[in-house]
Amino acid sequence: MSDLSRLTHLDRLEAEAIHIMREVVAEASNPVMLYSVGKDSSVMLHLARKAFYPSPPPFPFLHVASGWDFEALLEHRDRTVRDYGLELIVAQNEDADALGINPFDTGSALYSQTMLTDPLKQALTEHGFDAAFGGGRRDEEKARAKERVFSFRTASHNWDPKNQRPELWNIYNARKNKGESIRVFPLSNWTELDIWQYILKEDIDIVPLYRAAVRPTVERDGLLLMVDDARFRLEPTDQVVDRNIRFRTLGCYPLTGAVESDASDLTQIIQEMLLATGSERQGRAIDKGESASMEDKKKEGYF
Amino acid sequence: MADAAPNEAIYQTERLIADDIDAYLHRHQQKSMLRFITCGSVDDGKSTLIGRLLYDSKMIFTDQMEALERDSKKVGTQGDSIDFALLVDGLAAEREQGITIDVAYRFFSTDKRKFIVADTPGHEQYTRNMATGASTADVAILLIDARQGVLVQTRRHAFIVSSLGIKKIVLAVNKMDLVNYDQAAFDKIVADFSAFAKNLPADLDIQAIPISALEGDNILEGRGNTDWYEGPKLMPYLETVEVEDAREDRPFRMPVQWVNRPNLDFRGFSGQVATGVLRPGDAIKVMPSGRESKVKDIVTMDGSLPAAAPGQSVTITLDDEIDCSRGDVICAAGNPAEVSDQFQARILWMSDQAMLPGRKYLLKIGAKTVTATVNAPKHTIDVNTLEEKPAKTLDLNEVGVTTLSLDQRIAFDPYSVSRETGGFILIDRLSNDTVGMGLLDFALRRASNIHWQALDIDRTVHADQKGQKPAVLWFTGLSGSGKSTIANALQKKLVAAGRHTYLLDGDNVRHGLNRDLGFTDADRVENIRRVSEVSKLMADAGLITLVSFISPFRSERRMARNMMQDGEFVEIHVDTPLAVAEERDVKGLYKKARAGEIKNFTGIDSPYEPPLQPEISINTVEQTAENAADAILEWLQSNGFIQA
Repeated sequence: MSDLSRLTHLDRLEAEAIHIMREVVAEASNPVMLYSVGKDSSVMLHLARKAFYPSPPPFPFLHVASGWDFEALLEHRDRTVRDYGLELIVAQNEDADALGINPFDTGSALYSQTMLTDPLKQALTEHGFDAAFGGGRRDEEKARAKERVFSFRTASHNWDPKNQRPELWNIYNARKNKGESIRVFPLSNWTELDIWQYILKEDIDIVPLYRAAVRPTVERDGLLLMVDDARFRLEPTDQVVDRNIRFRTLGCYPLTGAVESDASDLTQIIQEMLLATGSERQGRAIDKGESASMEDKKKEGYF
Repeated sequence: MADAAPNEAIYQTERLIADDIDAYLHRHQQKSMLRFITCGSVDDGKSTLIGRLLYDSKMIFTDQMEALERDSKKVGTQGDSIDFALLVDGLAAEREQGITIDVAYRFFSTDKRKFIVADTPGHEQYTRNMATGASTADVAILLIDARQGVLVQTRRHAFIVSSLGIKKIVLAVNKMDLVNYDQAAFDKIVADFSAFAKNLPADLDIQAIPISALEGDNILEGRGNTDWYEGPKLMPYLETVEVEDAREDRPFRMPVQWVNRPNLDFRGFSGQVATGVLRPGDAIKVMPSGRESKVKDIVTMDGSLPAAAPGQSVTITLDDEIDCSRGDVICAAGNPAEVSDQFQARILWMSDQAMLPGRKYLLKIGAKTVTATVNAPKHTIDVNTLEEKPAKTLDLNEVGVTTLSLDQRIAFDPYSVSRETGGFILIDRLSNDTVGMGLLDFALRRASNIHWQALDIDRTVHADQKGQKPAVLWFTGLSGSGKSTIANALQKKLVAAGRHTYLLDGDNVRHGLNRDLGFTDADRVENIRRVSEVSKLMADAGLITLVSFISPFRSERRMARNMMQDGEFVEIHVDTPLAVAEERDVKGLYKKARAGEIKNFTGIDSPYEPPLQPEISINTVEQTAENAADAILEWLQSNGFIQA
């Protein structure tokens, strides 16, 4: 029988995430899963399918699209939604063009506020979602190390880090006051390596952009950017060069830096990740922008 | 410096990743997981130890190592040596964040295990944070400064972690380098701790290890300084200590979280196995109902399982269509969980607002949420000395033993037998905050042995005999608002009309039944609880009962309402502004309260929560007591309590 008790760390992380998802579905009246289509989201979707099998996940999936998303990401999203019969809600700031907001001219703090944070908050309010699953991990960023699995937001979607409920055993208190909503992080105890190992073990389909391929690129401000569509504004000095690249994270394509790489299969990607110096998020311009720290963004409702 | 060895190990790991990634991944996919908590204040070297563990587990890569060496020289406290604390404190940046008093979770892994460290502050005011971290930990590392020996703090931490059911404790006697690796110093600390540990649960497994987190002695291996020590080194101990065996040998328990019904042909019960192993064909019993069936299948997206083990999240189908819903516990039929609605429990209070005995809280255990009345504690336990002290309530971070009454029966195991099915949280019904954690000790047999005596003459007979409909007319309002005057006037009118009534007055009841109660929040709650019980008996006897009590808290008035039959409770708000009541000051009490001679006076230094939706609201500024009594009489007539 001792072979039974040998749940591996991935088994335990999976069981914990499933337990959390079921608690939310049982106690919240209108849950939603945030779906960025990235690798963590793909793991979340996979876990949600497992948690409720043979039922489909009993909640919709919300994608906050900026309008500057990678084409391949949107294709992957639509195929996944079709294959698994998911209910997809796309939130997007329709006024961005009229306001003249775009990733080339707008400062990164204002850009992420208007293109990502605001549409997310609007969608949550508009649909009356009282619980939203996010893929945040405690190992990602120092503000997250102390965040609860069930993280409460005020009616205006703000986070109060000093006023968090204790979380004991695996008993979660999902009760909320009028107007409050919950952000739930089932991957809290996962690390970057756990995510990749789980994708490998479970053979989870991820956006092809994570794998190296020859793609048209320009180099700008130290970032290697992909010319994903004709809207990419080329400067006179820009030279579009085909390079073998892949992405570590996927944001808006004009703001997301690629790395030059030959890693086209998963084990090679993991190998590169493990040997890389520098954090996972270094390729994302948005996190370096101005002085807004992750915690400030979270307080304002950024996931 | 002994850092050549670990540095070499870092390079080895990097080399393995570079040369044979498949072998590396295979090794890491087979890892198990261990959760542990580190106790001890910053001075005991907690940050240094965690930093050392991260470092020795090769979780630090070359570039981070270079940064650490740079920072150590710049801001470290260890001269030219590496300051491992910077790894942790640098990660935390606690002061910057302003979340200083919280549990932080940190992660590292070796080839054999993934580790989740609950890093909690050690001071007494953070007892609840430590309990939070300990609730999910398999092992506790108790740090002791070899120069200081066993301190009050060491005892407190040992008490908390052992109370929460952690069986494996590592007594890490740190800073051995500062006592010249003296065996006598180590032995004395171990002896001191063992003497104290006699007061702790008998089945504790304590492993004492002499270490130097700073120098690396006995973390991965010895360095020749403690040759007199023959026990395990810290990291190998953490990599191999067995913690889960016990769970699978225990009887099967799975709290049902969610009933899975994709279509009419499938009905599955989803949950995470708490203890025991379940196989298809096994007989099960659903508690508390006691209905029995057999396991048909253990369903997962990856296919049916031959067995479900502790910690797994599964979906179970049964042979029979039996009633089973969220909150029920599926148990081994031959050894089901106990069932009760009255308990003795140990509670750790986690809220700034003291526990109010008699008030109802929500209690969540497993996937079940019920209403619980927490009674006054029998005693508190001083977490520093383990002494028992008498108490009327529990304040933040206090541990006490008390009894609980629930509004329905629940399935449970004593916490000492099962952490998985014997722990609960208490939730405040108004704020929805988690205000306490509790460990069920045992069921009070009283509940199962004292049954309601079925009486032939019931409440309807009493009411019919008097030809009236019983009611509880609950007058609430500030002192001096006119409650008793109006109640008195109303009672005279009712009696004149041939009704049978009784008036319970706050002041009068405090001379007798509630003579032992003061005016603290806890006593006010108990005051109302007793009066509610008496009113209930009066209503059962068929009387129209008038209750004239300040009853300042909404939750207690709601408690009273919930105790009565539907529609029987009539809340009458005698709505007199504070300024008016204070000006009247019939009993001269406001004057005394303002002068500080009376403490906890409602409206002055204790809150009054006005009713949000009273059945009747009386404005005494515009109405005389006579008029008010007439208005209430009219209301009673139009609502069918009495005929006109």
